Amino acid sequence: MAKKPRVKVPKSAKKGEIIQVKTLFSHKMETGLRKDKKTGKLIPRKIINKFECLFNGKPVFSADIHPAVAANPYFAFNCRAEESGAFEFKWHEDGGKVITAKREMKVS
Amino acid sequence: MKMIKTIQVLGGALGLSFALVNIAGAGEPDLNDPRVQEYIVGDKWSGYLVNENETRDMQDDDFQNPAFLWVEQAQDQWSAIEGLSGKTCQSCHGHVDRSMKGVSTTYPKVKRGKLITVEHQINYCLTERMKAEPWKWESDKMLGMSALVRNQSRDMPVNVKIDGEAKPYYEKGREFYFKRRGALDLACTHCHVDNPGNKVRSEVLSLGMPNGFPTYRLKWQKLGSLHRRFRGCNKNIRAEPYKQGTPEYTALELYVMWRANGLPVESPSVRK
Repeated sequence: MAKKPRVKVPKSAKKGEIIQVKTLFSHKMETGLRKDKKTGKLIPRKIINKFECLFNGKPVFSADIHPAVAANPYFAFNCRAEESGAFEFKWHEDGGKVITAKREMKVS
Repeated sequence: MKMIKTIQVLGGALGLSFALVNIAGAGEPDLNDPRVQEYIVGDKWSGYLVNENETRDMQDDDFQNPAFLWVEQAQDQWSAIEGLSGKTCQSCHGHVDRSMKGVSTTYPKVKRGKLITVEHQINYCLTERMKAEPWKWESDKMLGMSALVRNQSRDMPVNVKIDGEAKPYYEKGREFYFKRRGALDLACTHCHVDNPGNKVRSEVLSLGMPNGFPTYRLKWQKLGSLHRRFRGCNKNIRAEPYKQGTPEYTALELYVMWRANGLPVESPSVRK
């Protein structure tokens, strides 16, 4: 059951204002340390290993994530609004898959 | 000599009472904390009180609360056609925020001759009205829909009836609650009536209030039903758990819901 990533960015902000960006991504974050109860074999690791946020193509926030992070990783951070543009969020999954989301913000 | 004895006795009594206070006070939630006042009604308090502040933050912010990932899915499901009759939830009920407001506060209740809870009613709608396959109790779809329906009653007081038709089920649930079971020979009441606020190993015992279910439990890392919690409790005392949705657990749900009468619905809550 694929759930959409949740992203919260203010639609508009004043120049110089400090805004908060919140993201919540639905993911099991399989650590690679658990065993399948029936077969006894290790379940392969599958986590989000990197989260990135770009604003107009420039990185504003980035985090490497490791297996100790719980399911459904939540990130919130502050940034200063300088110009209108688009936030781009990227979640890198083990195996190379990248899930993205975009949000526009107007700065006046 | 007599005076010394009196002093000794006094000192002994003081020391003893001091020790008792200490035991009772270990980890007990702070009932005067301004942050938790809305979760206390009379002598009842919700499991929100045994949460740490970080976990409370997660519940207070709907965005941060991961349970809303399931609720959002259920919102889409509400207007999606399911089953052979081509109906959606919306075709009978209309908008969920209007039609389901306050509905879950009276569940479990007796309908069609037996005690049912929200999950039973969802499956009844699915199989009888929508001609669809029933959902599994602990499936994402069921948990999401149950959370969505119960969420419409958030902040409204739990208000289940235990008289009339519901009385025999209430009695059954009460019997379950007071009956010792498992290798540890414990009943629900030994933890949740006799010892709330005290610690069981490292964890503070709550009153066992069900007003926040389905709950996002950090231990489970997903949303889970009240009956899953019952199973966990039963396993902890080394008793054979019942299956989710069985008459035993539904009667128990009625009893614990009656215990929570008056507390505000918190679904979907976040718990440790």
